[in-house]
Amino acid sequence: MTKLPRWADLVLVPLISLLLAGIISALVILAIGQSPSEALKTMVVGAVGSPYAWGYTLYYATSFMFTGLAVTVAFHASLFNIGGEGQAQLGGLGVALACLALPWPHWTLALPAAMIGGALFGAAWAAIPAYLQARRGSHIVITTIMFNYIGAALIIYLLVNVLRPVGQMDPATARFSEGTNLPTLHEIPGLSAIFTKQVPANVTLFVALIACWLVWLLLWRTRLGYEIRAFGKSEKAALYAGISPFRITMLAMLISGALAGLMSINNVMGESGRLLQNSAEGAGFIGIAVALMGRNHPVGVILAAVLFGFLFQGGAELGLWTSIPIELRTVVQGLVILFTGALDHMVRMMLGVFFRPRRLAVA
Amino acid sequence: MDYATLLQILDSTFRLSTPLLLACLAGLFSERAGIFDIGLEGKMLAAAMCTGAVAALTGSVWIGVLAGIGGALVFAVIHGVASITFRGNQLISGVALNFVASGITVLVAQALFRQGGRTPPLSGDGRFNPINLPFAESLSGVPVLGPLYAEVISGHTALVYIAVLCVPASWWVLYRTRFGLRLRAVGENPASVDTAGISVVRLRYAAVIITGVLCGLAGAYMAAGLQAGFGREMTAGRGYIALAALIFAKWRPWAAFYATFLFGFLQALALRPDVIERTFHFSIPTPALDALPYILTVIVLAGFVGRAIPPRAGGEPYVKER
Repeated sequence: MTKLPRWADLVLVPLISLLLAGIISALVILAIGQSPSEALKTMVVGAVGSPYAWGYTLYYATSFMFTGLAVTVAFHASLFNIGGEGQAQLGGLGVALACLALPWPHWTLALPAAMIGGALFGAAWAAIPAYLQARRGSHIVITTIMFNYIGAALIIYLLVNVLRPVGQMDPATARFSEGTNLPTLHEIPGLSAIFTKQVPANVTLFVALIACWLVWLLLWRTRLGYEIRAFGKSEKAALYAGISPFRITMLAMLISGALAGLMSINNVMGESGRLLQNSAEGAGFIGIAVALMGRNHPVGVILAAVLFGFLFQGGAELGLWTSIPIELRTVVQGLVILFTGALDHMVRMMLGVFFRPRRLAVA
Repeated sequence: MDYATLLQILDSTFRLSTPLLLACLAGLFSERAGIFDIGLEGKMLAAAMCTGAVAALTGSVWIGVLAGIGGALVFAVIHGVASITFRGNQLISGVALNFVASGITVLVAQALFRQGGRTPPLSGDGRFNPINLPFAESLSGVPVLGPLYAEVISGHTALVYIAVLCVPASWWVLYRTRFGLRLRAVGENPASVDTAGISVVRLRYAAVIITGVLCGLAGAYMAAGLQAGFGREMTAGRGYIALAALIFAKWRPWAAFYATFLFGFLQALALRPDVIERTFHFSIPTPALDALPYILTVIVLAGFVGRAIPPRAGGEPYVKER
């Protein structure tokens, strides 16, 4: 197989994968008797056509940045964390408990507490699969899948039997106090000139961007990040260099779980204002697609998160305004994961054909 | 718990464990050949939709089953192409195909029937009807064993019996045929199989196709046996429970039967909270019962109760030459 130049590997491969996923989605839309161009138009107008639409797209993108980073950090240690969904839900529990614990006077005080709560609970939910992988050799993919289901069951139990206020019918916690309301982009001075209507995107967006920067610092500018990447490339070499596999597995998964848990300040604290069932709404899984598409780099994660925010919001618009079901976005999500994560060799082989002649000429 | 209630619960255990058993055996063939498959869920879902749709259109359940197998095979072959031919990451491929299946089944069902992503309710020949085994009526008077035979063993649909027969069949294929020996070898040490002049690629494709057929049966049973028609996300994590059962069973056919029966029993118990309360004198919350298969699997994976060692070459694409 021809080795691709670096830029082609970083930019072209994800773009071609996206294009292939797009073509197949278009064929699916055609097959169910709808117009792909109309669908694309609806998605573009509904997801990026106005500041109001951007307010939704960025809201989803914020969540996906966190879960995408979570998958990225674990990937660099060559651990596949499918448990982002469960970790995000547990993180939601941590956020909810922090928000309900005190009558917070102002969001600037509530936000750090909620972040600690979300990160701690998310990390705790990743800790058990991490320990089992590091000490008992249980496959992390399977244990994290199992922990998604165990987490969902735990949350349902807690919402129905423990956290639900007396007299309330639906399984949810009480509403958080006024002091925990995060300012949305509409309420931030300066940005309110652009976002003239109330939108769900909130200050968490900036927390997510800072998290992207911190993850970049961690992975490429610290000793721990170097150890994580070395361990991910070759466990044997890392061990020989004196890097403890146990320590790296634990730390990488704890950071990963904490990032997934942090997602909940966006949806639980910033949007719904209370903890509901299935609060993560699949964002944990989308993190896999975001990390793969973003080539496991924080900058890529930001771009891919915005792309998936577009897809998520655009897909919802399709469900509202056309007769294409909202599930189209799940199909596109699956196709992107398939092409970027599993068929990447195929895409490289296809591209290799174009790069081969040039290599021969140089040789 | 009195005997009659126990029989009722065992009866629904059989019904609920059938899709788990079929999917578990499906995963068994794939993973024994060294191809991890987290896509059981998606294949079952695709099969359920195809069965529901075709059975509703043709009015024949068996044509529906064939369509279901076809639907699952499409996904199985894509998984094969990604993980065998293009040597992609098998776990990621499985996850991806689950998402594709989850979405596309609703899209197609909605396009065909416009009933909110469901297929129309099946009835008559469009669905599996219970089969009464011989002498069920006349033997029901025999104490203890009579009602057991009449109520628990007899009166299920054809696929339940097919699923149970698949257990000895799988055992025989895996442990008593040349194909089975090679299949197991390819999951442990593909290089040695290759050295013996046997195609690793062909064996693995064969395994993936068997997986597709069995998942097809599991999905067909969901749509035309357990329920009457396809509904969105109707498999509700059963593919993952089957995966859990496979680990619980340590990748062995008979153990797969016992494991899925246990998990089916837990599901049947979760449907009858009144029985639990009467028997144990305190209520076990339903979510706890729902989570129990997963918790048990984690315990087994952790190696506290016996050790679950997967096929050695599982998850690794085979590269013939370097």
